[in-house]
Amino acid sequence: MARMKFLCDADRCIECNACVTACKNEHEVPWGINRRRVVTINDGKPGERSVSMACMHCTDAPCAAVCPVNCIYTTADGVVLHSKDLCIGCGYCFYACPFGAPQYPKVGNFGSRGKMDKCTFCAGGPEADGSKAEYEKYGANRLAEGKLPLCAEMCSTKSLLAGDGEIIAQIYKERVMKRGYGSGAWGWKTAYRETIES
Amino acid sequence: MVCLARFARLVIGSGVLLLLISAASPSIAQQVNPTASSVKEQQLLQELNRVQGRVSIPDQRSGVLEQPAGREWREFRNVTLHWIGGIAILGMLAALIIFYLTRGMVRLQSGRSGRTIVRFSSFERFVHWMTATCFIVLALSGLNVTFGRTLLLPLMGHEAFSEWSQWAKYAHNYLSFPFTIGVVLIFLMWLAGNIPNKVDAAWLKRGGGIVGHDHPPAYRFNAGQKAIYWIVVVGGGLVAATGYELMFPFYLSGIEGMQLAQVVHATVAMLFIAVMLAHIYIGTIGMEGAFEAMGSGTVDVNWAKEHHSLWLEEENARTGASDARTQPTAAE
Repeated sequence: MARMKFLCDADRCIECNACVTACKNEHEVPWGINRRRVVTINDGKPGERSVSMACMHCTDAPCAAVCPVNCIYTTADGVVLHSKDLCIGCGYCFYACPFGAPQYPKVGNFGSRGKMDKCTFCAGGPEADGSKAEYEKYGANRLAEGKLPLCAEMCSTKSLLAGDGEIIAQIYKERVMKRGYGSGAWGWKTAYRETIES
Repeated sequence: MVCLARFARLVIGSGVLLLLISAASPSIAQQVNPTASSVKEQQLLQELNRVQGRVSIPDQRSGVLEQPAGREWREFRNVTLHWIGGIAILGMLAALIIFYLTRGMVRLQSGRSGRTIVRFSSFERFVHWMTATCFIVLALSGLNVTFGRTLLLPLMGHEAFSEWSQWAKYAHNYLSFPFTIGVVLIFLMWLAGNIPNKVDAAWLKRGGGIVGHDHPPAYRFNAGQKAIYWIVVVGGGLVAATGYELMFPFYLSGIEGMQLAQVVHATVAMLFIAVMLAHIYIGTIGMEGAFEAMGSGTVDVNWAKEHHSLWLEEENARTGASDARTQPTAAE
């Protein structure tokens, strides 16, 4: 069984935001929510760096651990999904998440925070694969169709990699070897408690 | 001559150029790291424990790329808080049960006089019970967030537990408003009677009459009641302030501020619940004649004499005659 992960090769990211747009379009993500975003550190200064970030589908996910109603679960592929039917919109996952992945519609005052929304690794939710109910709540289920997340599939510089952790780590290692440098897999230590040695 | 000088200059110039090219070429042959000066993830995390940048989407808060501090918060929420709550609440319950079994109800030693005196006005009682009702709902719905997943979820099943938790969350959020108003009113209307003074020191020294069968003098509120008052005002103020910070995310702080707010909110709330258990105990089965003060608003004169002798003297002096404000119970 695969262990799905994301890997952003920050040396290649050109901050084109195509991953962000692709995600929003593929899943009809509600206005105001961005399941994926590109963060530019030291923007406009020497040493600037852009990293595309979404839910990292952590090992021993903190969001799942703190959820008061236990609505977040990890699939056999290592993808962290949640049930919007069970979510009570309390905001705890959002305090625990190191990557700012969980978000809520309706801005979030007076306890009117809606159901949490986050990246699904294009794997939908607990509903039947490819069903209308699943699409409306979580967006497309590309994984069930044998496809990988759209953000990585259409990354113009192939900076963003998605897929089995061992395979994408291998691709990244080969790249680093060939070009002679690499800034490491951003977020991996926090999400998976490991880094890619190169 | 001029021609020669020009030639010499050309030769020297081309020589220098060749030198420069030959000096530069080895570095072209090597691999250059164009991002050698770029920021490094681990370095940023070590310095600030977070990585932050700029985003071009409207949600500027998503500019925080990484903040592993959630891990410590998770440890607090899933482990530390369970211990704090368990020890405080179960410990208090055990202490009260042991105390009740050994000491029993604090009886009226001189019996009932049959005459009563007004202790709390209807407005005071309304504020007390409004705050108390809110507190009980807030406490139960709050405990559900911490302990529900362990204790109730296996019994109720996912759907029913989520449904109940959803309603509990709404109740928790909306009842916070009357609760906060209640705390503010309690602070204002009972402030005058709750300033600590010398009598409190003597009262405490004599064990307040709880330990043993002593009846140290006290004004309207004794040292124990003053402690409850200040715990309600300070504790209530803290849970309200931190609760509103969590209810209005990003108005006051970022995620790390909300993590801290949750830590304060939950810790104070657990201790608050434990203290209120003791308050409920002494106001009901712990002491004869105490509940009617908040129930009907009047207490037996003998109760006032035993527990709040100085207050009774004050009241009598204020009303001129010793019976002016008292009335036979039968008249009610």
